[in-house]
Amino acid sequence: MSEKLVIIGNGMAPGRMLEHLLEAAPDRYSVTIFNAEPRVNYDRIMLSPVLAGEKAFEEIVIHGDGWYIKHGITLYKGHRIVAIDRDAKTVTSDQGVTESYDRLVIATGSVPFIIPVPGKDLPGVLTYRDLDDVNAMLLAAQSRAKAVVIGGGLLGLEAAAGLKEQGMDVTVLHVMPTLMERQLDPAAGYLLQKAVEARGIKVMTKANTKAIIGDGKVEGVELMDGTIIPATLVVMAVGIRPSTALAKEAGLDVNRGIVVDDRVRTSDPAIMALGECAEVGGHVYGLVAPLYEMARVAAAGLADGEDRRFVHSDTPTKLKVTGIDLYSLGDFADGEDREEIILRDASAGIYKRVVLQDNRIIGTVLFGETGDGAWFNDLKKKATDISEMRDTLIFGQAFQGGVSSDPLAAVAALADDAEICGCNGVCKGKITGAITAKGLTGLDDVRAHTKASASCGSCTGLVEQLLKLTLGEAYNPAAVQPMCGCTSLGHDDVRRLIKAKGLKTIPAVMQELEWKTSCGCAKCRPALNYYLVCDWPDQYADDYQSRFINERVHANIQKDGTYSVVPRMWGGVTSADELRAIADVVDKFEIPMVKVTGGQRIDMLGIRKEDLPAVWADLGKAGFVSGHAYAKGLRTVKTCVGTDWCRFGTQDSTGLGIRIEKFMWGSWTPAKVKMAVSGCPRNCAEATCKDVGVVCVDSGYEIHFAGAAGLDIKGTEVLGLVKTEDEALEVIGALVQMYREQARYLERIYKWAKRIGTAEIKKQVLNDAEKRKAYYERFVFSQKFAQVDPWSERVSGKDKHEFRPMASVGFAEAAE
Amino acid sequence: MNWIAIGSIADIPPRGARCVATPQGKIAVFRTADDRIFAIEDHCPHKGGPLSQGIVHGAAVTCPLHNWVISLETGKALGADEGSVRTIPAKVEGQRLFIALEALASKAA
Ligand code: SRM
Ligand SMILES: Cc1cc2nc3c(=O)[nH]c(=O)nc-3n(C[C@H](O)[C@H](O)[C@H](O)COP(=O)(O)OP(=O)(O)OC[C@H]3O[C@@H](n4cnc5c(N)ncnc54)[C@H](O)[C@@H]3O)c2cc1C
Ligand code: SF4
Ligand code: FES
Repeated sequence: MSEKLVIIGNGMAPGRMLEHLLEAAPDRYSVTIFNAEPRVNYDRIMLSPVLAGEKAFEEIVIHGDGWYIKHGITLYKGHRIVAIDRDAKTVTSDQGVTESYDRLVIATGSVPFIIPVPGKDLPGVLTYRDLDDVNAMLLAAQSRAKAVVIGGGLLGLEAAAGLKEQGMDVTVLHVMPTLMERQLDPAAGYLLQKAVEARGIKVMTKANTKAIIGDGKVEGVELMDGTIIPATLVVMAVGIRPSTALAKEAGLDVNRGIVVDDRVRTSDPAIMALGECAEVGGHVYGLVAPLYEMARVAAAGLADGEDRRFVHSDTPTKLKVTGIDLYSLGDFADGEDREEIILRDASAGIYKRVVLQDNRIIGTVLFGETGDGAWFNDLKKKATDISEMRDTLIFGQAFQGGVSSDPLAAVAALADDAEICGCNGVCKGKITGAITAKGLTGLDDVRAHTKASASCGSCTGLVEQLLKLTLGEAYNPAAVQPMCGCTSLGHDDVRRLIKAKGLKTIPAVMQELEWKTSCGCAKCRPALNYYLVCDWPDQYADDYQSRFINERVHANIQKDGTYSVVPRMWGGVTSADELRAIADVVDKFEIPMVKVTGGQRIDMLGIRKEDLPAVWADLGKAGFVSGHAYAKGLRTVKTCVGTDWCRFGTQDSTGLGIRIEKFMWGSWTPAKVKMAVSGCPRNCAEATCKDVGVVCVDSGYEIHFAGAAGLDIKGTEVLGLVKTEDEALEVIGALVQMYREQARYLERIYKWAKRIGTAEIKKQVLNDAEKRKAYYERFVFSQKFAQVDPWSERVSGKDKHEFRPMASVGFAEAAE
Repeated sequence: MNWIAIGSIADIPPRGARCVATPQGKIAVFRTADDRIFAIEDHCPHKGGPLSQGIVHGAAVTCPLHNWVISLETGKALGADEGSVRTIPAKVEGQRLFIALEALASKAA
């Protein structure tokens, strides 16, 4: 019979312990876990990206249900252990399950501290610890109302950034004069506050909470000085306390945490404790790195393997808020026997401080540029005498002894035992060793085999450089195709960072995302211009010099340098007056070719560039506007004749097509968007091969999308059936907006849909009424700025320089 | 050299181009992001595309017809493509722009 191992708590520490134990002694124990949280083991660290909307819960699960089944582990989800009987060697859960043990592991983690002020129990007051808290915050955020976060530490700031990202108006209250004062000195705390405020989050320091006010639910927070800050959501993130009540009741030694020795054994030899609930050598911990070390020690002890002992070490602190880089390590208080080296670069927002004692680093604070954190950490850990490099120390590793500033060279120069992944305590040698020994080829492999970069992810860049270093040319980084040669970032990363960092001009994007060229190229500039137009419709000034010539002059360039002009014919319908106007223009400007296009309108080809404004002026007088035949934007909405004329028509397809075209024209999209509305399933408008199509039926309007009939041919997918024209418009607007916000530049709808899944699109724009409304409203908002006829603008003088030569020279001389 | 005034630097948007009409055809005059001025024939070495209509980046322009990238400094096609277009001396004096027309005349001769 195998021995019985019972674990209380299923957090990150025991999860890791089990992995080590299963490796060292797979069959030794039969394992039972009780977890108060009703779910599997997940990466608690990554709750902040979930809150910010950057990740889904599924992506942060560490051990899915299958893992427990595979290893024969019994997991009681939603069972809180309420008693340990040390004589009988049993534990009992609040659901009435009693289980006996040979060995017991207590890993109950921490509980958030709640400041004992009046109103602390009101609905709308939350803490930040588990998925339930995140879900509650996401729900509260839907109201887009005001949130107050009490606590300006790591958790509080991550919560604030996430809530802001979700559209709330957020204020952070911090009792001390500067933020994160336990990890940062005042200078860095000040820079952090500026960076936080720059994202639109209000910060109040020296703010002492007196009460939370409200009648039946939260309405605001009152400070000691009488100030009242209105709020519908209050998040308390003021610290954690080890969760020790259970152990105390069982009579184990408890101090701040459950007291354990350096082999994580409690005062009862059958019981171990690890994680945030444990106290080792007088320390309790709140970051995963030391907890993972405890997990290793516990697994070794349970497997009767090596004699592994826990040794204290400082863990660096990083903040997981996209766009804010800070790093803090060790002791940085001033002192008689200490000296410090400081570097400030105000314009770049950089501050670095290294604290020395006896020529050895004891503390480091980095803000704005944290790449050298691992190197400083290594020097500190090894207690390296830095006297020789004192003058250049603060500039970082790249400036030392001939090492170039190439990031690869800097990583190459790290010693094999230099720590790369702080969370999991993985050093360089272990990673490069695993890459070679196990033939690893990618980031996911390295994560699976070494755990490096598998927790908070902030060392991902370093791990990728190690892959590059070890594999050389053979390394193909994560299949993320860079946008172009000017950057190593892919389209998706750039889009995400534009939003996350609030970047609103092309130079800002290039500066902040470290473009390798001074002003981009013909691939990235049009893409960036589109992303900015899409993301900041009311704030971004369109950069015409970053548009392809067709979009710059609002006509299609031809092989001989002349242009073609295609006016809009709403829904393919025209009139005698319109045709007459076109005929007049053709005569007047001697236009060599007039052609009916495949998009149900008329193309005039071979127009001289200088003539364009005058052609438009005449067309404009007849009521024509640009057909955007040149645009990555809405092109045509083809229609058939529908109920007005056709004996089979079920709805007014012509009318709906015109309505859609009038609603959507002018919008810029990642690639062109073509639509059609057919009056019945005979489908004469060919709606089932369009980017978006509507097929009218007796019961309403069948909305189609993701068709193609150009380079690829593909029938559409059905998005769903709606009853009214209004609903059809809302669904189509939402669909196009989702596409506008998510697709990569030049990616047609069918390619985007294939990449993210048509089910996901249906879920968001058809099934989720609130999401649909929000997309729709954002589309309507952006149309306010987009529906300006570019032709009439140019007729009235805009971009005059585009259309005529700046000078004519030499003709007289030639005549002589 | 025969410098001919063709206008002011403000006539050309940064990262943009304008044309100058001459008896031998159009000359494209470029202004880079850092306000350097270059003049080349407005005729792509590939299939004659109007280079003045391309996107300007660094000291290069991407042809609007088939995306060849032409160096404004040397007139040579960059990357894998081969070909070159004639460059014309250009300079800025204060705000005023000049190109050297003699070079053109000598070609015509
Ligand atoms: C004028 C027209 C052909 C005609 O005489 O009928 C035409 C002309 C051009 N098409 Fe088209 N397409 C025209 C209808 C179509 C259609 C049919 C339709 O819209 O119902 C298709 C297939 C549907 C589709 O878009 O997938 C079509 C698929 C393409 C493609 C392939 C797109 C793809 O992603 O597969 C290109 C190339 C591209 O966009 O990169 C293209 C590109 C072009 C360009 C813009 C080539 C270029 O870059 O210079 C041509 C411009 C000629 C000009 O100067 O006017 N054209 N083109 C049609 C204008 C429609 C309009 O009123 O706006
Ligand atoms: C939002 C957030 C961000 C963080 N970011 C970072 C970071 O960037 N870097 C870093 O290093 N650390 C970070 N941390 C801290 C890190 O997540 C914790 O240190 C770590 O999860 C603690 O692991 P643990 O196993 O000790 O406890 P936990 O992971 O808290 O697990 C304890 C589990 O035990 C259960 N439990 C408690 N009592 C009982 C009982 N009586 N019976 C049954 N089950 C019980 C609880 O429900 C809980 O599921 C973050 C924490 C949060 C909340
Ligand atoms: S099919 Fe379209 S792109 Fe090809 S030649 Fe005809 S108009 Fe031009
Ligand atoms: S004509 Fe310039 S690239 Fe073809």
